[in-house]
Amino acid sequence: MGNKQTIFTAQQLDAYQVGYGSHFLLFYRYRDLAPQLVPLDYTNQPDVKLPYELIGSMPELKDNPFRQRIAEVFSEDGEGNMTLDDFLDMFSVLSEMAPRDLKAYYAFKIYDFNNDDFICKSDLEKTLNKLTRNELTEDEVKMVCEKVIDEADLDNDGRLSLEDFQNMINRAPDFLSTFHIRI
Amino acid sequence: MPGENLITPENDTDIELDFADVEEFQKNHEKKRKKSSRRNDGETTKREKGRRKRSSKSTQRIREESQSRTDGGETGRRRRGKAEHEVKQDEGNEGKWEQTRAKTAKSKKNIKNEEKKLEVEMNGEAQGRSEKGKKKLECAKNEGEKRNGDKHKEIDKACKKKKKHKEIVEISSEPETSEEDEEEEEEAINDGELRPELLSPEELEKLKEAVDEKKKLIQSLRGKPWSMKKKLITLRDSQQFVEKYEGALGKGKGRKLYAYKVMMTKKWMKFQRDFENFKTACIPWEMKIKEIESKFDLEWSIFIIFFINQSFYRYIYSFYRTCFFFFCFFKQALVGKPYGSIPRKTVPRAEEASAMDFAVLWDFGGYAQYSVLFYGYYNNQRAIGWFKFRMPLSYFLVGVGTVAYSYMVVIRTMARNANESGIGDDNSFNFSWKMFTSWDYLIGNPETADNKFASITTSFKEAILEEQESRKDDTIHLTRFLRVLANFLVLCCLAGSGYLIYFVVRRSQKFALEGLENHTWWERNEVNGVRKSLLQLVVVSFNLPDLKYGQSHFFAKQRWLLPGLPKGNIWHMCNKRVIIIIIIIFMTFIFFIQQEFVRLIISDTMTTYITLLIGDFLRAVLVRFLNHCWCWDLEAGFPSYSEFDVSGNVLGLIFNQGMIWMGAFYAPCLPALNLLRLHVSMYLQCWAVMCCNVPQERVFKASGSNNFYMAMLLVILFLSTLPAIYTIVTIPPSFDCGPFSGKNRMFDVIQETLESDFPAWFSKVFSYASNPGLVLPFILLMILAIYYLQSTSKSYKEANVELKKKLQMQNEENKKKNKQAALKAQMDLEEAKKSASEAMEPQRNNNASVQRQEANDEENHNRSRKMHHGCNPSARADDREPHLPVRGPGPRTYHNGNHGNPRYLPGYHQQNEPSRMYRVPSMQRH
Repeated sequence: MGNKQTIFTAQQLDAYQVGYGSHFLLFYRYRDLAPQLVPLDYTNQPDVKLPYELIGSMPELKDNPFRQRIAEVFSEDGEGNMTLDDFLDMFSVLSEMAPRDLKAYYAFKIYDFNNDDFICKSDLEKTLNKLTRNELTEDEVKMVCEKVIDEADLDNDGRLSLEDFQNMINRAPDFLSTFHIRI
Repeated sequence: MPGENLITPENDTDIELDFADVEEFQKNHEKKRKKSSRRNDGETTKREKGRRKRSSKSTQRIREESQSRTDGGETGRRRRGKAEHEVKQDEGNEGKWEQTRAKTAKSKKNIKNEEKKLEVEMNGEAQGRSEKGKKKLECAKNEGEKRNGDKHKEIDKACKKKKKHKEIVEISSEPETSEEDEEEEEEAINDGELRPELLSPEELEKLKEAVDEKKKLIQSLRGKPWSMKKKLITLRDSQQFVEKYEGALGKGKGRKLYAYKVMMTKKWMKFQRDFENFKTACIPWEMKIKEIESKFDLEWSIFIIFFINQSFYRYIYSFYRTCFFFFCFFKQALVGKPYGSIPRKTVPRAEEASAMDFAVLWDFGGYAQYSVLFYGYYNNQRAIGWFKFRMPLSYFLVGVGTVAYSYMVVIRTMARNANESGIGDDNSFNFSWKMFTSWDYLIGNPETADNKFASITTSFKEAILEEQESRKDDTIHLTRFLRVLANFLVLCCLAGSGYLIYFVVRRSQKFALEGLENHTWWERNEVNGVRKSLLQLVVVSFNLPDLKYGQSHFFAKQRWLLPGLPKGNIWHMCNKRVIIIIIIIFMTFIFFIQQEFVRLIISDTMTTYITLLIGDFLRAVLVRFLNHCWCWDLEAGFPSYSEFDVSGNVLGLIFNQGMIWMGAFYAPCLPALNLLRLHVSMYLQCWAVMCCNVPQERVFKASGSNNFYMAMLLVILFLSTLPAIYTIVTIPPSFDCGPFSGKNRMFDVIQETLESDFPAWFSKVFSYASNPGLVLPFILLMILAIYYLQSTSKSYKEANVELKKKLQMQNEENKKKNKQAALKAQMDLEEAKKSASEAMEPQRNNNASVQRQEANDEENHNRSRKMHHGCNPSARADDREPHLPVRGPGPRTYHNGNHGNPRYLPGYHQQNEPSRMYRVPSMQRH
């Protein structure tokens, strides 16, 4: 990887290191998705976006039931088309080094399907159906959603706000180990 | 930074372009300023104070600022009139902004440079010169004719203020943002960089604060939920800020030091980057593990962690290696007597003929017996070489030290694990956790994903069933029966395996007496084979509780087994049994075989590989290729592919480690050998796992099992040190016992050293200390201390549980209160509606109108607040307000009884929310 300096300027590297904190494996991963689209020279910040179809077909994401949400949340246009920055963003949040609060924030966004800043019942139903591939009956789904809201909703407005979610997720023993992708 | 303010050739060309423009612009504002300077000054400082608190948010407004900057010259005119919310974040302006920003920066510089022609060298060197005079000149230029005769100090101050003011005029169109604030500071500091001693203490303080804040921001940047673009921009700005003005904080000397520091940090950053790359290049299995992790579940990664990062691998081995090589091996190799110099180190005549035969070498006889591998290689003189190196003593100490160190490491790891897993004990968020944390984002393999989906469904169904608590009587009977059966089976295993080990070891001792050559390979390696198969048995019983626990596919379908089983009970019970079995097997094992560790390890490795090849690889090949011509589906049916068996592998590792600990004292190179073995077998296993194993259908509970294995490791460690200590203390070392040959007991080396190398009083003290009269009370004291600590920890635990309960109660109570408040608010709302409708009628009710007036006021207030925070992404807490059902036209009464105000939870101050969210990550990182 000796030719890195030609891809990014030293200044860019410094900045990325602080902002992202990792080596440049990710750039190559990004480029490998579409070598014909992504230039090898990022010093003048070209405007390149990869469509969701390419992002979603990465081996790291393709079996994830929430892949579309992930791509939507991290892409700037909200439709899953990603620039390099978005891409770095995504994997920096999902990396092991990201702090818990950051992860919780983005997890909240991912599970908030209708983007209204609350996880409401419909979001919960969607999440559950994705997790179980629609194998639970409607009654069961309803019951689980009610239980979740009952457990985690602290202010009783019938939906989960970010604080509710953080409060809940901060005590979860498995959250950090499951909410990460290695690249 | 020094040098940055100097005029470069590029800047010079820019001056021509920009300067006229800017100067005109400046003149315009000069006039304006004169009109309103006093008022402005007062206001500025006030605002500064007020906004100090908000300045952590300031960077979020950089984009807004960008807008304002693009507006160029007219900004000054509209700076007061414009409300902040008009400035929306505009993506399109990003690029433009950069250009203009650069331009403004340059032009600013240029103005200054023009103004201060006298002080071309303004950094550092200029300090010694007549600063005040310069100042005067500058001020005179700026102020024109007005203040020539005034005192210097006054001029300075006024000058600075004016500068600040000018900066506002130039740059900001948003009087409400704190960005402008920063700009003022920048300017103030800019002056300060030239003349730091002229800054007042408060200003210095402020400056320090600002720099510290920026630094903090840079450090915590990674933990902020912003897009990468924004992060990069923020980063660049704050870095520039810090770079420019940090130096101004120190005087003369400090600045040089600072420049040096900056240079070093840059170098260090680059080094770190390179090192990071180097590190990733150095871990060849990184990608492999990732692959495996995505194919298998969490448990595999635990195994891998266990395997690679495991404490004994990382710490103990490195500790041992360094100590051993430094103290013993090199000294021996350099100054010790070589092979053949003394009879102890020579192969006996009778055996010489066969000493190089492979079979003999394979059993570590012949020449191998006298190699570096064993302790016979080392000298037994008290001191060797010209620097009198104490060979036996250091050998002894390294051995004992390693054991002590391994204890420490294992216990420390356990404590850390316990700390980590200590959070999630309560079950209050059972469903939520299942919902939001059960999917493992690492999964990248369709089969694993299928399994995971199935297991998640099962666990949900289980939880639902548990929730409904539909227990039936017959299942309880069944459970009891299963429990009894499991216990009985386990006991049988225990007795049987104990006897088997006893029998086999006896037999092998008999064989050894008769001479190994007369027996077949199996008979020689019988012990190991039996041990292996017993281990397999243990593993099966280990997995049994999982099966019964009902997380497997098979049992998941047969729901009748499930509902009655209380979670974890059987699992715990069986765990204990399993531990007992393992301990007993191991104990019988190690007390019968005290020698031949090396051979044992080699044959152990071989059997591992062979079972791997036959059991996994061959099976997979057969299943795959015979499947085409077989009467049932081999892949889905009976033999199928083998699963990777985690517990078996980890147990094998632990056993292996135990043997290493035992043998290390006699064969000092054993750990090195084992390291090699671990590496090879890791690659082999990685390969086997990827090509012939299928992911497990059972899903383990990952948390918690980690410490279980560690506990087992600790037990094994203890057991394996027992025989070693026994031999050290009681058995006189034999003729070829290396460094201890000729001694009565091994620990005599210590006594020897005490007597000959230390002053007489020391050995006297030592002998007193080892007096039973002193040792016994000491032991008693230790026991008491342990008892005390244990009881205190118990009480702490109880207090913890109590606190947890209290917290839960409080939560419930809060919920109830909230509910009541919500109801009340609803009722009030209705009432208000009623009264409002009454108010609509012609006869006007005074009260109602007042109420409505207030309501309107409040709404307006809210709206303005929302606008105020509108373009701030972190101010989501405020955005929520309109959605809340309690927000109605009649909030007055609801405010009166606002104990249960739904928006403000105890401990959740929304005002603080954004800053709280951002601060925490930075703290975590350190």
